Amino acid sequence: MSKVNLDKIDSQYYDVLREIGNIGAGNATTALAQLLNMKLDMRVPKVDLVEFNKLAETVCGEEEIVVGIYLFLEEDVKGSMMFLLEEASAHALVNHLMGREVGYSQPFNEMDFSALQEIGNIITGAYLSSLSGLTGLFINASVPYMTLDMAGAILSVPAIEFGRLGDKALLIETEFGDDIEINGYFILIPDMESYDVILSSLGL
Amino acid sequence: MAEMIKVGMADLKVCPPPNSITTLGLGSCVGIALYDPVTKIAGLAHVMLPDSTQIRNNENKAKFADTGIVELVNKMVISGANKRRLVAKIAGGAQMFAFSSSSKSDMVRVGERNVEATKKVLKSLNIRILAEDTGLNYGRTVEFYSETGDFVIKSVGKPIKTL
Repeated sequence: MSKVNLDKIDSQYYDVLREIGNIGAGNATTALAQLLNMKLDMRVPKVDLVEFNKLAETVCGEEEIVVGIYLFLEEDVKGSMMFLLEEASAHALVNHLMGREVGYSQPFNEMDFSALQEIGNIITGAYLSSLSGLTGLFINASVPYMTLDMAGAILSVPAIEFGRLGDKALLIETEFGDDIEINGYFILIPDMESYDVILSSLGL
Repeated sequence: MAEMIKVGMADLKVCPPPNSITTLGLGSCVGIALYDPVTKIAGLAHVMLPDSTQIRNNENKAKFADTGIVELVNKMVISGANKRRLVAKIAGGAQMFAFSSSSKSDMVRVGERNVEATKKVLKSLNIRILAEDTGLNYGRTVEFYSETGDFVIKSVGKPIKTL
């Protein structure tokens, strides 16, 4: 039986999970800033316990078009992770990488998608390596899967995965931004046993 | 004044005329619109998983195709719909990510399994499916209009469909 009950999660656990989100997103932001060779700032992350029917609207609205990058976690921490990037932000990042002018917004071509995939790789990799370093746990990630669609449709995938266990999901949500406005969200979705593993690795 | 009733994920609602009912951003979930053409009472369920008997935590009936559809029928009958007249239009059940076959097998086909389970439950209740827009790899927003029985489907970068 899992020690962590999401309906009765206490503030100490929240603080720890928020801090994990904070450090992970911080590392991811640094990695992205290096890739783009520009300055990026990160906002303080939110940790929320959200019911499924409010999941997408809590993040950014069900019909908001986003790029979704999804990967499975294996080994010590099991579950999945999702990184969402608003469409406008995705365009801004790709334009910067491809050396296009600001404001170019033609539909993404194959090259753009592979650039986004690489951005997703770097961001999620940096996030997970900091989680791994912080906890001393071995975390192996699957290849990332990517798509562009409505946030509600994309979020249905982790919601279903998590929905086998309960009616709520724990969102660790981080936004980062800069002069070229980038809105992205990390959602870490460990399975219930992995909450215990993460928390006990930190001595809780 | 007709209003648009909103149904969330793992949720179901009845829609009395002249209102319409919607659910936004269906991915691998399935949206099941039921309709009694005589009373014009409609209902919409947004189910996430095929089978409640496979899951320990199954109190939320609207989450599963098997219990969700039965619950929606019951609620519509209480509102005055005739069970024998009900017809269905369904959408959703997409595979949002192109998972490789080596990844978790139950995740790979969850959209498809939701559609299969939905059809099985509707068949067992003798509810005919008039139209469907299911599968493939993109999200759908659906709207059902109780006055006309129209089921409108909107997707990113695709023309609006009316079933």
